[in-house]
Amino acid sequence: MHELSIAMSIVEMAEEEAESRGVRISAVRLKLGVMSGVVKEALLSCYELACEGTSLAGSRLLVDEIPVIVFCPRCDEPRPLNTIQLFACSECGTSTPEILQGKELEVVGLEIAA
Amino acid sequence: MSPEPRLLEVRKNVFKQNDVVAHALRERFRSAGVFVVSLVSSPGSGKTAFLEKTLTMLRPRYRVAALVGDLATENDALRLARSGAPVKQITTGTLCHLEAAMVEGALADWNLDKLDFLFVENVGNLVCPSSYDLGEDLRFVLLSVTEGEDKPLKYPTIFNSADVAIITKSDLAAAVEFNREGAHRNIQAVRPGMKVFTVSSKSGEGMPDYLDFLATCRAGTRASAAV
Repeated sequence: MHELSIAMSIVEMAEEEAESRGVRISAVRLKLGVMSGVVKEALLSCYELACEGTSLAGSRLLVDEIPVIVFCPRCDEPRPLNTIQLFACSECGTSTPEILQGKELEVVGLEIAA
Repeated sequence: MSPEPRLLEVRKNVFKQNDVVAHALRERFRSAGVFVVSLVSSPGSGKTAFLEKTLTMLRPRYRVAALVGDLATENDALRLARSGAPVKQITTGTLCHLEAAMVEGALADWNLDKLDFLFVENVGNLVCPSSYDLGEDLRFVLLSVTEGEDKPLKYPTIFNSADVAIITKSDLAAAVEFNREGAHRNIQAVRPGMKVFTVSSKSGEGMPDYLDFLATCRAGTRASAAV
């Protein structure tokens, strides 16, 4: 389980940002690709732990799960997958290894406490 | 009704710190002319035996070395040292995977110019290592015939993150009624076009093909670096 060290990096990043801007953060918005290798539930419980004793204590982690989009060479279009157990176009079934989206682990926003 | 929270828009990749170190490592490997392969698999799939065989077979023709990650113990490094190649253990403590900074730290006093191949054996784990770039040229994922052919479907993320699949312990395939076609089908489902080798570290079956492939990859990288 590597979610704790990831949660700690997120908290560290958010703290730096909060400090430099002189604000207090109530929530961190995160984009989490389903192929990022990070489990949402584990990350959420680790986040709480990681926040303890920091200026982010009591803040929330808002996770936006990003589905996998692949490029279908036959349709010449970006397509979602039906399942990550089969890398194939959801329209025509052509197999494709080209991932356009779904690996991200990105802090995209910080909500500031009033 | 509570007011909309004030939102500060940022864009920070959480893996960035690792990616920056991995990128620097890759540059260092490129300029030293060393071809780097990392190995990931579940515990007990035969990574160390496979690596020992690889080092032993490459040694007459190439300058090879290995880094090996484990939570604790130096056993794997001792085993690998029997090949005669320089080997260094990275003990991660409680960490379930290697990160680029650990590889960088382990290589701090190594002269990479004196190497043709460097192998990095990750901690036995099919989940966590997938997210961490180590600066390697190729990532191998190992799957032993005793594990069952549905491993790729259970762990699609790590299979997808790898470049080459190695099916190990082929000498046991008949005994465990390994479904070879099923394994290949499942690998291709989660990583279409993936190169697959089937080997036995014990008998050496399949090793020459795979070693030829490695040599070809290395030659290709060197040729593109020279351009």
